[in-house]
Order: sequence, then C-alpha cells, then structure tokens
Amino acid sequence: MNLSFFDQFSSPHLLGIPLVLLAMLFPAILIPSSNSRWLTNRLSTLQSWLLLLITKQLMIPLDKKGHKWAIILTSLMMFLLLINLLGLLPYTFTPTTQLSMNMALAIPLWLATLLTGLRNQPSASLGHLLPEGTPTPLIPALIMIETTSLLIRPLALGVRLTANLTAGHLLIQLISTATVVLLPIMPTVSILTALILLLLTILEVAVAMIQAYVFVLLLSLYLQENI
Amino acid sequence: GPLSERRLMDVRLGELPAWLGTRDFSPRGLLGGVQKAWSGYCDKYINVKRGGPAGISMLLAGYCLLSYGWSYQHIKLQRWRRYH
Repeated sequence: MNLSFFDQFSSPHLLGIPLVLLAMLFPAILIPSSNSRWLTNRLSTLQSWLLLLITKQLMIPLDKKGHKWAIILTSLMMFLLLINLLGLLPYTFTPTTQLSMNMALAIPLWLATLLTGLRNQPSASLGHLLPEGTPTPLIPALIMIETTSLLIRPLALGVRLTANLTAGHLLIQLISTATVVLLPIMPTVSILTALILLLLTILEVAVAMIQAYVFVLLLSLYLQENI
Repeated sequence: GPLSERRLMDVRLGELPAWLGTRDFSPRGLLGGVQKAWSGYCDKYINVKRGGPAGISMLLAGYCLLSYGWSYQHIKLQRWRRYH
C-alpha cells in the first residue's frame, strides 16, 4: 500500500540528484538530430513528418512576423508531448505534474506575447480589452472583466496542464490499487476494474497529447492577437 | 589483437579488470566512450533499413529501469505490510 497517493509526485533523489532532472533531459535523446544522409532512418522520417505537421498547423494563422516564434513553439510542443507521454510508463516521473514547472513555462511566454503586443501596436493590444459593439453603460464593467481575463491567462495555462496530468496519474494509481487489492477477494470485480484501467490508460495517452497541443495552441492564439 | 585495442564486447570475462586498466577515464575519454556507445547503438538498431519498434522500446525499457533504480529508496517504503 502506498503511504500516501501523492508520493508519486515528489521527485526522489539519488546521490543528491533529483529524478526530475533525468526526466527532463531524457526526451532530448529520443529526438534524433538531422543526419547528414539523404535517406534517414524510419524514426527520423516519422519525427520530421510530425514536426512539419505541427509547425504548419501552428504557423498558418500567423503572419510573417509571427513566424519568428516557430522554433520556440514547436520545440515547446515536442517537449511537452514527450514528457507527458513518457510519464505514462511505469516508475517514471512526470515533471509537468509540478505546478512550478508549468508556471515557469506559461508566465514568461504569455508575458512575451503581451509585451510584444504592447510594444509594437499598443492601441490595438489595448483595444482587445473592449469587444466591438458593447452598449455604452457596460463599458467600465466590461473593461475590468476583460483585464481580469487577460491577467488570468498564464495562471489558467499552467494550472490546466498541471491539473489534467496530476488528476490522470492519481486516477491511474487509485484504480490500479483497487484492482490489485480486489484480486484475492472478488476476482470478477477485479477484472472489471482492470478493464476500466485499460480504458483510462488510453484516455491518459490522449490527454497527454491533447494537453500539450492545447498549451501551445493557446499561446499561438495569444500571439495572434498581439503580433 | 592486443588488449587495449579491443572493444568491450570482444573482451573475455577474465580479462575485464586488465582491460579496464587500459581505458582512459578522464572526462574527455569518458565522453568519447559514451558517444561511441551511443552511435554504436543507433547504428545497430535505429539507422537500419527496416527498423522496427525494437530500437526505441529498448531505450524506453532502459529508462523505466533507470527510474526504478533512482527511486528505489523512496519506493521501498511502500511494500505490502501488515502495519505501516
């Protein structure tokens, strides 16, 4: 039995080095750098296909000035995707379950989009605070609401990623504990729980990919408004 | 050939300490060794004409084992016990 179900989210140390360091550096190995060959291996081909798909999808709504952000958005996407998917393997650690890491990703990037907008086109950026066609008496209230919604964006970005992944991992741990505990007592119920565990794992794989995509997509949307 | 020029896979078990004596353990030498091992692994399992899931799966399995070993001290407190 686990001492507490939240133990899986604390990063264990070995010789003083936390596991989170290994978990964050390992995805770099899985992305092969471009070979000097014309025909690369299957892994490289698959990954470059995926990278091109992602980059195209992200960069189509942006104009030419936004294409400067292509590298950072695509690398962020691959980073989050790999980290989330690797966290589903047994005994691995998922750094994106830590709020500190997600806020460290969300706040600087969101702030960068905001400052880009305020610097290059201040009136247009501030104009986003008031939607078109609002009746005049509502204007003060609406400006305050829009400002709050603007300021809450980084918090939402970080917390969304953290909460989704943490909840998923917790659910997996709870249901697997139930399955293991029920096995000697009621085998049929245990098999049912194992079926639920299988479906949940498939959901978690989907959530891992979707959450990474949503994070980067929202950032690109904020960029679209401000560039 | 002579002991110092053979690769690890060609060294017999009894000769292992002697072979280790001839190796270069400076940071540069270790880095070179790691790089050679990594490119050897890639060339054998990933850079092949019809690579399958085996190359990546071995990497991931090794990663799982490494994570397990890393968190062993933390996890061993969670064994099946009557009283915690």
